[in-house]
Amino acid sequence: MVQAQAVRQLTYIQAVNEALRQELERDDSVIVMGEDIAGGGTRPDKQDAWGGPMRLTKGLIGQFGPERIRDTPISEAGFVGAGVGAAAAGLRPVVDLMYVGFFGVCADQIINNAAKIHYMFGGKVTIPLTIMTGTGAGTNSAAQHSETLYSIFTHFPGLKCVVPSNPYNVKGLFMAAIRDEDPVIIFNNRQLMGFRGDPHVPEEPYTLEIGKADIAREGSDVTLIGIGYTTRVCLQAAEELEAQGYSAEVIDLLSLSPMDNEAILASVRKTRKIVIVDEDYPRCSIATDISALVAEEAFDYLDAPPRRVTPPHVSVPYSRPLEALYVPTKEQVVEAALASLQ
Amino acid sequence: MSTPSNASLNQDSLLWMYETMVTIRRFEEQARREADAGKLRGMHSSIGQEAVPTGICAHLRDDDYTLGTHRSHHHCIAKGLDLSEMMAELLGKSGGTNKGKGGTMHIADATKGMLGANGVVGSNIPVATGVALAAKVKGTDQVSVSFFGDGASSQGSLHESMNLASIWKLPVIFVCENNRYAESTPFEYAVAGASISDRAAGYDMPGVAVDGQSVLDVYEVAEAAVKRARAGEGPTLIEAQTYRYMGHFGADDPLGYRTEEEEAYYHGKDCIERLTAHILDGEFATKDDLVVIDQRVVEAVAVATKFANDSPFPPPGDLFTDVYVSYPMEQIAVSSIGSIVASAEEAEYGPGASG
Repeated sequence: MVQAQAVRQLTYIQAVNEALRQELERDDSVIVMGEDIAGGGTRPDKQDAWGGPMRLTKGLIGQFGPERIRDTPISEAGFVGAGVGAAAAGLRPVVDLMYVGFFGVCADQIINNAAKIHYMFGGKVTIPLTIMTGTGAGTNSAAQHSETLYSIFTHFPGLKCVVPSNPYNVKGLFMAAIRDEDPVIIFNNRQLMGFRGDPHVPEEPYTLEIGKADIAREGSDVTLIGIGYTTRVCLQAAEELEAQGYSAEVIDLLSLSPMDNEAILASVRKTRKIVIVDEDYPRCSIATDISALVAEEAFDYLDAPPRRVTPPHVSVPYSRPLEALYVPTKEQVVEAALASLQ
Repeated sequence: MSTPSNASLNQDSLLWMYETMVTIRRFEEQARREADAGKLRGMHSSIGQEAVPTGICAHLRDDDYTLGTHRSHHHCIAKGLDLSEMMAELLGKSGGTNKGKGGTMHIADATKGMLGANGVVGSNIPVATGVALAAKVKGTDQVSVSFFGDGASSQGSLHESMNLASIWKLPVIFVCENNRYAESTPFEYAVAGASISDRAAGYDMPGVAVDGQSVLDVYEVAEAAVKRARAGEGPTLIEAQTYRYMGHFGADDPLGYRTEEEEAYYHGKDCIERLTAHILDGEFATKDDLVVIDQRVVEAVAVATKFANDSPFPPPGDLFTDVYVSYPMEQIAVSSIGSIVASAEEAEYGPGASG
């Protein structure tokens, strides 16, 4: 469907930046905190030196000032916890946890405070907090700066977990997360950062519903489940499968908690085969969760066992040749799909 | 019982503090009886430490915030929470402050600025700092108080929070109730330098040590800290030296780790007895006046106890409410037990009735 209107393309980074900017403009209670999100600290000439390691927050301090765009010390427990408190007291903080591997430093604040306060306090306090964090291997960054870990957060009731896959959906999901009354964690895969996606990114603000999957490609022979970056891998695999005469449906999950179970099941009831492609560690993961869902709820429809394409149960290696073996690839997905199809 | 609006130490303030401290003690004694009767399991008694939150909260308004610890009944009472709802919460009843879902370690009432007791040592400190951040960003003159113990002073969260609060000049007051024991571990063993208040110097904020068994002394240092916070001048660290009369959670024998002589020394500095003497010596009230207050407190605790025992337990469907503000219900009640309870509730109350 080609429109006469010009397609507006942004990179993933630009889309996040635009979402933050528009929400900061819309609502004075939105603030942003994190390490190096502005850079330059109190030096007026260097105030916008940095904008975070991914430049997601570049330029915000110039427009909104240091009161709302707060560079923090390297104190994850301190500032993530402060985000929880500020949310409880009426702000809508966006907190940047630079890499998800640092979550251990502030895990108590996320899992014991952000996730549980609403429940423990009988629903009388809300925590409209957004945490954004960088994930993903493939950048030669070694074991502590390459993890995905969204399964850990999905495990905890009280958190919502969102994994965008392109500039269009990250903008809509980001704006939805900031407006959400619950704590939401957005996992930004580093391999997507420079990605200038195919879909048009409207300039005007918009939200996408958290908890809704997207059918990234319709098909009838096999279902491929993608999560964030692995949606790209699934789409590439689907093209390869098409060349071999198979029609693959790609579900872009987008949200892990809540999860669009019905979109998964509806697709499996149609295709009767499923391959789940997940970059997180393989044990106790979203991939196993989906495999269980399908086995329990759609067993009678299945022509083949659910298959998972994941990294091995190892930490992320630094060495590039080893790392290349770590992240799920198009070839692995095609192989798994063909095994289900044959 | 309401917080005195006048910050000067007049008769009203003195009698408010007296009534607050007596209320805490009687409430805690009754809570212990309820626990001994098996209606709640361990609870962390605040008897002996009444003066600290009383002297602090005397300067706070309903829209100021406090955040507490696993031992927080006294913070809640000093902040003006309803005794009946508190006692019901201890018993896990639906009439509780948290609808029975938090219990003794998580009592909260946002309408009174009590943003929760917290069961993880040091966990509330960054949150209190964020609450102060919200006040600063919104441009209000609200103040946030984090109560914590000597044990929490060793947590990184305190140090990160003191640093953040200082560089951002946040209206937060860090109140360490140093009751000398982290569970059973002595302060002298666990805290290097034998002073918590001295640590403020490293974060460029006032650090004050005060006799926490003297509510008048606590009142005085709190006045300066609250004034500083409201004026936008930044945080203060107060170390109130205090003592818990009971064991850590009630069932432990504190003489296993402390001496009778030490206990006797602190009982000799009892905060209620000292305030009583001050009131009578200064002729702020007569003995009879205090008896009237004592009786009023006993009645209030009796009313709270009856309310709590009469209040029903939460309905089964409450298990599934308040996990999120919005979420697909079927993903919360996923287990087979869940769906049975959920469907029974739905039949009885209709979907979402208890949310």
